[in-house]
Amino acid sequence: MRFPLLLGVLALLVAGLFAASLLVGPAGIVPARALAALIRGEGVAETLVMREIRLPRALLAAMIGASLGLAGAAMQGYLRNPLAEPGLIGISGSAALGAVLALQTGVAAAFVLALPLAAMAGAVVAVGLILLLAGRSGGSITLILAGIAVSAMAGALTALVLNLSPNPFAAAEIVFWMMGSLADRSMTHVWLALPFMVVGGALLATLGRGLDALTLGEDAAATLGVSLTRMRLVLIGGTACVVGAGTAISGAIGFIGLVVPHILRPVVGARPSRLLAASALGGAAMLLAADIAVRLILPERDLKLGVLTALVGAPLFLHLIYRTRREGL
Amino acid sequence: MALLTLSNLYAARGPCDVLHDISLSVAAGEFVGLLGPNGAGKTTLMRAALGLMQSRGQSNLAALDRRARARAVAWLPQAREIAWPMDVETVITLGRAPHLAPGQCPGAEDRVAIDAAITRMGLDGFRTRIATQLSGGEQARVLIARALAQDTPLLMADEPTAGLDPGSQIGLMELFAQTAREGRAVVASLHDLGLAVRHCTRVVVLDRGRIAADGAPDAVMSPDLLARVFHITAHFASGPEGPVFQPLGLIR
Repeated sequence: MRFPLLLGVLALLVAGLFAASLLVGPAGIVPARALAALIRGEGVAETLVMREIRLPRALLAAMIGASLGLAGAAMQGYLRNPLAEPGLIGISGSAALGAVLALQTGVAAAFVLALPLAAMAGAVVAVGLILLLAGRSGGSITLILAGIAVSAMAGALTALVLNLSPNPFAAAEIVFWMMGSLADRSMTHVWLALPFMVVGGALLATLGRGLDALTLGEDAAATLGVSLTRMRLVLIGGTACVVGAGTAISGAIGFIGLVVPHILRPVVGARPSRLLAASALGGAAMLLAADIAVRLILPERDLKLGVLTALVGAPLFLHLIYRTRREGL
Repeated sequence: MALLTLSNLYAARGPCDVLHDISLSVAAGEFVGLLGPNGAGKTTLMRAALGLMQSRGQSNLAALDRRARARAVAWLPQAREIAWPMDVETVITLGRAPHLAPGQCPGAEDRVAIDAAITRMGLDGFRTRIATQLSGGEQARVLIARALAQDTPLLMADEPTAGLDPGSQIGLMELFAQTAREGRAVVASLHDLGLAVRHCTRVVVLDRGRIAADGAPDAVMSPDLLARVFHITAHFASGPEGPVFQPLGLIR
């Protein structure tokens, strides 16, 4: 499929799922009235539901999905490994730790943005640690090792917080938050995440040509005029912005950043530069679809988004591995 | 015109120097075979010259900024890496990156260079094949075509003939010699001394990080040098077919 056509199809898919996300919900507003409420503000209750509940939810699903897809494609391209995912370098784990600390200490209840801000602080600490451990320049293997170390540390500290939590309710609150969800988010969350995602997305989008050159290895890429030091900093900074902000809003949502680039790679002729844009759109579509599904499958049980993406993503990934093996790659 | 100039170059791997005081100049029109036993410093010399690793001393290439360097020299590493299942033409097109402004798509001039490289490496029938599904030797040819498409005055290659069948090895050496005759320069590390003697205009022999010999192949490849550096004896003849060099035995 030609690349512009592919992007067009994916964009249409995102638009369709975005509309569907706006129209699905427990309030059961018919589509015509829902749109009238959203656009013209007709009906007090409907307007409130559409503008304050469903719109931010759909926007966040699209933004976070796009972030995960983009960061996943960039990470896989940089590390030249289809098993890489945005969480690999420990950003999402550290952001989750920041949020967990906010929940544990009660800071999260102080004001609306306390939890996401604490999560972002966690992401910033992770970036500092990664740069300290892996250095500003160096091979991809040091970045992977630094990421694993930071992830493990964040995981251990999160477990410690759970371990020491004063009562089962506090522990349950933390566990449920970590499963990932977009329920009960507001436009405030959208405005908090948007600048980080725009900056991070713009940073990651500049990596295209360097990622293409890296297909030939680090030495060959360097002699093609690519600055590996700059790429590494941009990758870490961009991923921290988009994944840190995403995790801060929704909790940890796995598998999107891993599976979406994997699915779309054959369609873009395996070019890492093209995979960036395609995966961003694909990630948005997949998270929108997943967020619609959690509302349709078990509307009264609050099925968590991260649980669903893992339930769908893991078998999908197994299938992809099987297919890859059959092709002898 | 010198395309590569090294003076008093030292490079270290860990605590010990693996290159000692290398001074070397390669001019347009030369096809230089870089010879030496394993661990003599051939790869290190080329990587240090390119500025890919820390070194002391001067290298005209390492002194260039990275975009200017990418238009001055193409580098073919020994590790033949094609990370993703791209088609052959896309891989070769990567060689044009130094000639494109950010966001610019390959134009007519780039197409000419890409087509020329594809034809030279005999890859016309492979354009749409997935590069990672080709045999090792075919992948090597794709990567050589990528370096040719970069269209630089100087080409540096680390053991480019490794893993190629005899016909492809000879074809590649003839291609490099032809490239040099057209006014470019090629520096290639080689282990096949026979190929080097027949095709290179000049050989540089490295031994434990120092230049042991440098000159025309028939002048350099003496029994004494072969014994000292490679610990081998060889048969060396010059006939109507050109120079013939055959390693014979090991000196224990």
